[in-house]
Amino acid sequence: MAEQAAIASPRDVDIDRTLAEGRRIHAVSSAVRYAVLAAVGFIMLYPLIWLIGASFKTNAEIFSNPGFIPLNPTLDGYIRGWQTSTPYTFATFFWNTFLIILPKTIGTAISCTAVAYGFARFDFPGKRILFASLIATLLLPNVVTRIPQYLLFRDMGWLDTFLPLWVPSALAGDAFFVFMLVQFLRAIPRDMEEAARVDGANTWQTLLFIVVPMLAPALISVCLFQFMWTMNDFLGPLIYLSSVDKYPVSLALKLSIDTTEAFQWNSILAMSVLALVPSLTVFFLAQKYFIEGISTGGLKG
Amino acid sequence: MARLQIRNLEKVYGNAFKAVHGISLDVNDGEFMVLVGPSGCAKSTTLRMIAGLETITGGEIRIGERVVNNLAPGQRGVSMVFQNYALYPHMKVRNNLAFSLKLKRRPKPEIEDATRAVAGILEIGELLERLPKQLSGGQAQRVAVGRALIKKPDIFLFDEPLSNLDAKLRASMRVRITDLHKRLKQDGLSSTVVYVTHDQTEAMTMGDRICVMKDGRIMQVADPVTLYNRPENTFVAGFIGSPEMNLVDGSLARNGSLRINIAGQTLAFGEDLASRLTARDGEAVTVGIRPQHFSIAGRGEDNALEGRVSHLEFMGHEVYLHVEVGGARLVVVVPSDRYDPADIADERIRLKPREEAVHVFDRETGTNVSLSATTGNASKLGG
Ligand SMILES: Nc1ncnc2c1ncn2[C@@H]1O[C@H](COP(=O)(O)OP(=O)(O)OP(=O)(O)O)[C@@H](O)[C@H]1O
Ligand SMILES: [Mg+2]
Repeated sequence: MAEQAAIASPRDVDIDRTLAEGRRIHAVSSAVRYAVLAAVGFIMLYPLIWLIGASFKTNAEIFSNPGFIPLNPTLDGYIRGWQTSTPYTFATFFWNTFLIILPKTIGTAISCTAVAYGFARFDFPGKRILFASLIATLLLPNVVTRIPQYLLFRDMGWLDTFLPLWVPSALAGDAFFVFMLVQFLRAIPRDMEEAARVDGANTWQTLLFIVVPMLAPALISVCLFQFMWTMNDFLGPLIYLSSVDKYPVSLALKLSIDTTEAFQWNSILAMSVLALVPSLTVFFLAQKYFIEGISTGGLKG
Repeated sequence: MARLQIRNLEKVYGNAFKAVHGISLDVNDGEFMVLVGPSGCAKSTTLRMIAGLETITGGEIRIGERVVNNLAPGQRGVSMVFQNYALYPHMKVRNNLAFSLKLKRRPKPEIEDATRAVAGILEIGELLERLPKQLSGGQAQRVAVGRALIKKPDIFLFDEPLSNLDAKLRASMRVRITDLHKRLKQDGLSSTVVYVTHDQTEAMTMGDRICVMKDGRIMQVADPVTLYNRPENTFVAGFIGSPEMNLVDGSLARNGSLRINIAGQTLAFGEDLASRLTARDGEAVTVGIRPQHFSIAGRGEDNALEGRVSHLEFMGHEVYLHVEVGGARLVVVVPSDRYDPADIADERIRLKPREEAVHVFDRETGTNVSLSATTGNASKLGG
């Protein structure tokens, strides 16, 4: 270093100095930027952090201590929350949620792929009208169909079963997902499918071996959305389920608020934390594909 | 082993646009047929109808003895190479190659052997475990050719396979594909090829025969030499050859000797052209002369076109002269070693067309009226 400085002409030293200056300014500005971002991020996350902290507090402390670090941490909320005030534990409710989510997510993936493939790749009579009505259902407010749907499922004898909660979705009833997959497919060139057909694949083989793998990022997003929305769905189970032993987690959380006169806030918060765990886990596991799915409309060449 | 027969093939697209107007074409067994034409002339449409990717709205396609109009692409015994390779992006090269055999449920060892053989021929052995996105353009194209090869199809279809490659790679792939074709032929394997391109160099260098198309119609089908020397119409004359053939309006007079008025100047022609000509006296014609088929006339010579050199391009081995004659612009190509600046005096130059290379076209229909019935001069007109 010293040697270099000795050889360097005055001009070089000058340049070195300006470069160092530039680097310092750059470092300061990025430090400021990160500080601002961290602060905003913290504000966004604060409710969640508080929720987790509060779930370890005692009931009394929740209202007396505004900070999020519990003074005397206790698992009391988790233990009492899990047992609930009903004859069932939260295990039942998680199991119920699982029984709804599994067929719903798998059914959605299969049916929406098939329908989207049809719309995106084939010409058939009435295609335009059918696609237009699909989009129209997307624009229709949910509330409008609630009552007719309820009456329909009542006449079918499906009340107080899981069927109304997953069967419509498993038959490509969620126009949004179909639309999303159609858009994604439209951005994928047809050449690969045509090559597969020349290679001797029939329509179903092309769908299974060529289209589905290329659709994978979009399909993963569809499954994630469906998973999270179903996990959080409150109104559907509320309308169709009446026996407590069939309640999913979302309804069961509400249950603990209803039944006791003095709310056990810490057990409610503790169960809310548990209810978040599946969604968060799945999200972080699939994050890579998820973001790929919503950010790219297609494949790079 | 299969020949391809196309009879009165028509294509009307869903929007009522008629892309192909009843074309008929025979491709013999083992022949390398090139479909060439400007953009939008329905080369791809025709090829895709042969492959079965586009429905046939009229006419008939036969591969071997079978009419294939209603067969699925996979049952026609064809392989296709696409312009942008169309490799399956989620499969390794190995599985891309083997996909068609796997669909046919061939035994594993057979698939393995076939993959290795094809990889050897195309020198992609070390790429077998890669994904398509890890390949360069040239490598991807070789894999695409390999995927076509492994099926041992009756007919190979290529749709502008080289147009995404740079010029150098294109030249080497051109040789590779023609070599492959020869090799298949020698091995007694089926090697009928239909190759689509809009590049006339590709067409001329690769094709056993060339089918020139325009707006969904066939303009001429012939081997490269015939196509160059005996174009049947102004379109083929202008399309094949570089720089383009000069096409100039003229009129014909035949009292005693043959005289053609070209851009206001009259040239006398001898027996060679007169005997070929089937046009009548006084008829409005288009005269076609390739840039290479002019010679520069000396000062004293008569019977030459006089023009003004407006522009001169030195290309190394030859010189392009842009010459204005009357209202027309002619391009003249002179080999560099025969070019003498003294021939141009005061920007003026005198040009003599080689009579045996002059073409006369009916100005209305565009058909060549200077071909006569005999085919004798095809060989005479080397270049
Ligand atoms: N799906 C379609 N619907 C309607 N018209 C079409 C369709 N596909 C192609 N065409 C039209 O048919 C004509 C022939 O198209 P084609 O793709 O065969 O041309 P091409 O000779 O392959 O051109 P290029 O050299 O640009 O590839 C064009 O005028 C095109 O606009
Ligand atoms: Mg094309």
